[in-house]
Amino acid sequence: MNDAQKPALLAVQGVTKAYPGVVANSDVSFSIREGEVHALLGENGAGKSTLVKMIYGLVQPDAGAMELRGVPYAPADPRAARAAGVGMVFQHFSLFEALNVAENVALGMENPPKLRALAQAIRDVSTEYGLPLDPGRMVGDLSAGERQRVEIIRCLLQSPKLLIMDEPTSVLTPQEVEILFKTLRQLAAEGTAILYISHKLEEIRSLCDEATILRRGKVVDTCTPREKTARELAEMMVGAVLTPPARSGGAKGAVALQVAGLSVDSPIPFGTSLKDISFAVRRGEVLGIAGVAGNGQDELLLALSGEVRTARDAVQIDGVGIGDQGPNERRRAGLVAAPEERLGHAAAPDMTLVENALLSGAVRQGLVRRGFIDWAAAKGFAQTIVRDFDVRTPSTGVAARALSGGNLQKFVIGRELSQSPGVIVINQPTWGVDASAAAAIRQAILDRAAAGAAVVCISQDLDELLEIADNFAALNEGRLSAQRPVQGLSIEEIGLMMGGAHGMEVAHHGP
Amino acid sequence: MVRLEKRPSPSRFWTMATPVVAVALTMIAGGIMFALLGKNPVEAIRTIFWDPLFNEQFASYSRPQLLVKAGPLILIAVGLSLGFRAGIWNIGAEGQYIIGAICGAAVGLAFYPVEAWYVFPLMVIAGGLGGWAWAMIPAILRTRFATNEILVSLLLVYVAQAILASMALGALRNPEGGGFPGSRNLSQYPAAANPELIAGTGMHWGVVAAFIAVIAAYVLLHRHMLGFSIRLAGQAPRAARFAGVNPDRLVLLCMGLSGGLAGLAGLFEVAGPAGQISIDFGSGYGFTAIIVAFLGRLNPVGILLAGLLMALTYIGGELAQFMLGLPSAAIQAFQGMLLFFLLAVDLFSNYRLRFGKREAV
Repeated sequence: MNDAQKPALLAVQGVTKAYPGVVANSDVSFSIREGEVHALLGENGAGKSTLVKMIYGLVQPDAGAMELRGVPYAPADPRAARAAGVGMVFQHFSLFEALNVAENVALGMENPPKLRALAQAIRDVSTEYGLPLDPGRMVGDLSAGERQRVEIIRCLLQSPKLLIMDEPTSVLTPQEVEILFKTLRQLAAEGTAILYISHKLEEIRSLCDEATILRRGKVVDTCTPREKTARELAEMMVGAVLTPPARSGGAKGAVALQVAGLSVDSPIPFGTSLKDISFAVRRGEVLGIAGVAGNGQDELLLALSGEVRTARDAVQIDGVGIGDQGPNERRRAGLVAAPEERLGHAAAPDMTLVENALLSGAVRQGLVRRGFIDWAAAKGFAQTIVRDFDVRTPSTGVAARALSGGNLQKFVIGRELSQSPGVIVINQPTWGVDASAAAAIRQAILDRAAAGAAVVCISQDLDELLEIADNFAALNEGRLSAQRPVQGLSIEEIGLMMGGAHGMEVAHHGP
Repeated sequence: MVRLEKRPSPSRFWTMATPVVAVALTMIAGGIMFALLGKNPVEAIRTIFWDPLFNEQFASYSRPQLLVKAGPLILIAVGLSLGFRAGIWNIGAEGQYIIGAICGAAVGLAFYPVEAWYVFPLMVIAGGLGGWAWAMIPAILRTRFATNEILVSLLLVYVAQAILASMALGALRNPEGGGFPGSRNLSQYPAAANPELIAGTGMHWGVVAAFIAVIAAYVLLHRHMLGFSIRLAGQAPRAARFAGVNPDRLVLLCMGLSGGLAGLAGLFEVAGPAGQISIDFGSGYGFTAIIVAFLGRLNPVGILLAGLLMALTYIGGELAQFMLGLPSAAIQAFQGMLLFFLLAVDLFSNYRLRFGKREAV
């Protein structure tokens, strides 16, 4: 049967949703047929999440209508959406780490069967769709990819007609992405429609049949992704022509940051301990550290920033051991760090931008004299960051939580990069930031490297690392792979460095 | 339908208006309670809030009492507020207050009857150290063994009360007191006394210390890096660690500071208004100061005003018991309402009410 003749499964017509101060969706229309993999493409804040939340019953539209299989569809809550055959896998998992897989799946079901029967059902579905998963394992012990399988299987057990996937590959290795895509293609072949949200363009090109592109809450275009290049898709998404960051192939200097035999027990429950990590970064060099979330990235940042202390010589700056020093001593030695989590870690949500500028800038910017705070200087520093990094904010007096995620990210990255550092450690520099801001942040990092800073960039975005890093290594279960020059590295090699597909190889788990 | 919506930034208006609205609501609810008890609510409210200050018959006695009662409340509450801001919950100020009084009084009594200028200053130091040391017990237990400082500091209050009773009956008992419990009267021993500094005002050294503490805490919180660390640790503990704040050091510092100030309050009380170590010396200032700290929104200036207001309800409450025959439980319930309404209205500084349907369906 020709695709175009299949009946529309879900039709969205003229849907509008406004929040105070922002129109998230304005007159959005699109439709999905049975068995179609449909991409929703757009930058952060384009309105993708609001749109799928309406389809999943989490949010009600202000205007417009939806039809499911020709019948008006207005789910009052996610339960109604699930009953109508709509399932959703969220970007952030809602799983209990202290429970096992079957128990977690049961918690998400309306009428869960007996656990033993459920465990069998999980095994059946997981073999049918090639998603290996042991129902008896504790979720706390699973990798991010395996946790996602729990969420997917939870949806599949309810045999949905429409499956919504919100940024599913952000936590997966390339091999795991392949497994996921195989599953999704099988589901589509069986007639399940899949609404796929992502800003990873190559994935959308290889997986999706149709794409609806959103910008500032409006549908700006539709296309067949296979017929477009990634660059064309990106420009449709951003609405502007993008320039990749410029790299200077300057000479590298002496080793600025040396990590030798770093082993740290994770301070985070269910965290990953670091095991014998060693690397060196020279002045002017960017070391990209890849890895699936939860393989020790947070712990590595804590150990480098000084929030977790180690043996003195495990971390050295310019040949001086600082492993036993706290964050401010390390800042004095020239090291700045930007943690992944913006609100609550890199910034205090209820404090103003001036106070947040003081938070990590006090030492290197000289904002404190004999214990007393120079508020005028702190304000000046905050204004410099806002100006240099194009942070959109009414003033520096607003609370950090009032900024959008992307703007706050620009602020916290800008705060660290503005301190003329000798060593920069960043975890997820462009997480949740729109494409043009991400390009600006990457350019700023490269500029600091060109000025002689040694940079460690931890990221789950491989494209980003390939774009800015000179050397590449991957974290896998708290161990760091050997460093490889980025040039000449294939995506398969990277995937293997990241540990391949978790749970796919027998050898991986040992005897 | 009514629902709450989080504000993007805390409302300045509600931050200021909260205490006023809470006091007004307390008057209304309290008035209803007094009416149900068969008293004239208007008269009861007037007796509590107005008569202590302006009634011709009582004001000359009760007006100085305002500072006498407010002084220790403010001094203790300022110390507690620093810890509360950092998320460190010292609930045992009453115990630190008692131990401070015992230590200070013991130093004074040891010098009796020496008349020397240095006796009172030494008592002040001993009082502060006593409170500090008592607060160090929960602080060290927390930093070393991760115990809960709320529980430990609270339980130490009962230990302190037992020590107080034993001191009043034993080591510190007045040898010339005819066997009655209680120490010598320090207010009648000039070198150790904490007298009224300006006649008719109730102002004594403890009140002076409270005002100094208010100013110092204000400067600390708004101008000093330590105050910033305290606020940061309370609002975003992980961000505080990122900023280089050592959480253990902060616990020791905040507990020690609040304990020291509570100990000072105890010393000034025992050497002045109370006069002696007696079994019933602990009068609940340490607990009421918790209410004062929150009523003042953990802000030093707010605590100053809240301390005065709380002292007023104490004095007025006593007056109402005496004049109108209101049961003391009703007065305590009235004070409880104040905290209740304060915390309830406080919600509006971070949330706003939305009327109407949740979403258009």
